Amino acid sequence: MANDFHGDPREFAMVIPVPTLLTRDQIHVGDQAVLDHLDAYTAPRLVEYHDPGPCRPIVMESARASADQAPVRQGSQNRLWSLGVTIEASYSIGEYDIVILSAEQSGGLQTWLQEEGYQIPAGATEVLGSYIRQGMRFFVARVNLDEQTALGYTYLRPLQIAFESPKFMLPIRLGTVNADGPQDLFVFALTRTGRIETRNYRAVKVPTDVELPGFLKQPDEFATFYQAMFSRQVDEANRRDVFLEYAWDMAWCGPCAADPLSRTELRELGVFWVDDAPAPNRRGAAADVFVTRLHVRYDAEHFPDDLRFQATGDRSNVQGRYVLRQPWQGSGSCAAAREYLRTVAAREEREAQTLASLTGWDLETIRTKMGLESEPPAAANASWWQRLWGR
Amino acid sequence: MTRSQPAPSGPAPRQDPRLYQIGVLSVLLLYGVGQLDFDVSPARVGLTMCACLAAQYLCTRVWALPRFNPLSAGISGLSLCLLLRTDRPELVLVAALVTIASKFVCRVDGRHLFNPTNFGLVVMLAATGEVWVSPGQWGSLAVAACLLARLGGLVVHRAERADVTYAFLAAYGLLVVGRAVWLGDPLSIPWFHLQSGGLLLFAFLMISDPKTTPNARAGRICFAALVASGGPLVEFGLHRPNGLLWSLAAAAPLTVVINQLLPGPRFGWSSRTAGDEPSSHDRVGSPLPPPPRRRHTSHRHPRRLDRLDISASTERTPHDAQPRRSSRNTHPGRLDGDDARRARILRLLRLEGGHHALQPRFQGRPGARR
Repeated sequence: MANDFHGDPREFAMVIPVPTLLTRDQIHVGDQAVLDHLDAYTAPRLVEYHDPGPCRPIVMESARASADQAPVRQGSQNRLWSLGVTIEASYSIGEYDIVILSAEQSGGLQTWLQEEGYQIPAGATEVLGSYIRQGMRFFVARVNLDEQTALGYTYLRPLQIAFESPKFMLPIRLGTVNADGPQDLFVFALTRTGRIETRNYRAVKVPTDVELPGFLKQPDEFATFYQAMFSRQVDEANRRDVFLEYAWDMAWCGPCAADPLSRTELRELGVFWVDDAPAPNRRGAAADVFVTRLHVRYDAEHFPDDLRFQATGDRSNVQGRYVLRQPWQGSGSCAAAREYLRTVAAREEREAQTLASLTGWDLETIRTKMGLESEPPAAANASWWQRLWGR
Repeated sequence: MTRSQPAPSGPAPRQDPRLYQIGVLSVLLLYGVGQLDFDVSPARVGLTMCACLAAQYLCTRVWALPRFNPLSAGISGLSLCLLLRTDRPELVLVAALVTIASKFVCRVDGRHLFNPTNFGLVVMLAATGEVWVSPGQWGSLAVAACLLARLGGLVVHRAERADVTYAFLAAYGLLVVGRAVWLGDPLSIPWFHLQSGGLLLFAFLMISDPKTTPNARAGRICFAALVASGGPLVEFGLHRPNGLLWSLAAAAPLTVVINQLLPGPRFGWSSRTAGDEPSSHDRVGSPLPPPPRRRHTSHRHPRRLDRLDISASTERTPHDAQPRRSSRNTHPGRLDGDDARRARILRLLRLEGGHHALQPRFQGRPGARR
């Protein structure tokens, strides 16, 4: 559980319904760098191709992955609200003070929260009561500022909990109670069997393998594009779908958005079935691990129920892949060059329209950014006989 | 329909509801692939359909049925296309074979016990970890829900099984609303559950299978309530996916008990399209043990029975038959000419299985005179 909480750490608290009582051994403070590595490894990719000169013999194209244009994580399960109850267990782990609340003491939950001076958002009482009736317990974490200062961290490290339960779900309802608008949640699942999916919400793949204008190569442009495209996809799905951004067997990737995670990193993330022995493949990746990355933008209205998952046997690969085709910049007067320039103009117009369609951006603005004429060139709409005989 | 049963509807020939179901399933498959991005390729659809039809043909030959009927196999194939997901094509073949063979193997009282698609799915889910069903693939869009409900309603009304569908939805709705009230949840949560496309597909196109639901309406309502109870039990009690599929498979054997407690007329498909599975008459060369012999109705061999019946009735009226028989038969145990002829007719009728058609006239066995 990682979050991008911005603000005074004294105001930070996190409450997660958990299906079992957690002991100290089942709680761990993880390494943010490992999670960032997983994020980069599974991020949507920008692939750039350079057109060869049309007057030269055709050679095979090569792809170059760009790994640093990942969309910005917008925050997932932050809870800026107060917690408290009769404490069943209390641990101090790293910079966190953690309490486990007993589900049987539901009546004391509200009282304890109020006595501790926390404000309870409207609607939280019903949600907490529902979880308590479902036999859930509550994992509550707050930041110990003294410990954080002593440890030297300036950010909140991810918290990890380990337990065994048939309840393969993620409680998100508490997050909708005091949220200011929709929240983004990324779910990374590392499984033995294959892709995971939500069984009470439709899980759809993000658009992929589309050709886009070359200006998206600029550092911030791709992130802006991806966020705009994702927002449009969410709206078109009536804000009800879960999006599959990545699903891949971690034994290989080709090409990878980032280096595969090592076995040590995977074990750090909780993959208990791999050992620390060197991996048989050359890049150090671990076999028998399948990663799924889901992206949800949720609010109470459109996601009234928790996310319930199931593991499937699907090991087919999915990734968000966006292609930039940079035109040939040379000069030539051969017939092939004239034909090439005509096809480039038509292709760039298609790319502009694709980008406008995916993001909802204004087509004229896109054309201006691309340096195109405001009207599509005649070659783009030319008939085959015009292309054949026209000059 | 099977030949031992009268048609449930009137004298006009009824259109086989399976044709409607095939149409509805095809529309849903096209909608799912075209609009909802179902992960089903045309090749996978072709493989599944061919596998089901081939399995049906194979079983038709093994069980020596008089003719090959593709309708039920087509329904099973389309249902598997909508529900079954796997990366391995060979598992599609196994699933198709299990689905179709269940109609021929798992039989009680001359009819198959399980909904074939349901049986194929739960067997494959239990036996392999590489098959799954995506209940969330339909989403909860109102348009999908309405489409499912409207098209599904067309099928269940044609199949005369609307009662089981609506009873199931009512029972399931009560349960999820009751659960929400107990948990203190807002009603948007049970409403969200009831809008699930997977639920509506199950209600309108799986549990409504007229061949595997109880015969009597009261029995069907009990059955629907039973299945509706099992689904949330699996989903929320055991926290396992596909609760309704498991619930239906578990409840299917209980239809035998329900039919005994609450008997009713057995459903049959249209006579023009029957023959997709062994009936009580298709036992020649069948590897199955013969079903218990039942009383035959007069329309089993209508031409021969009518001829015999007419010959008996034109010889003598019922009113003058008995006095003459009693006056002539002076030797107990022996029959005169007319009685001997009647007895011969009766024996022939017995051989033909239609002797009770003449019982009002002959009063049972010869010698049982009043």
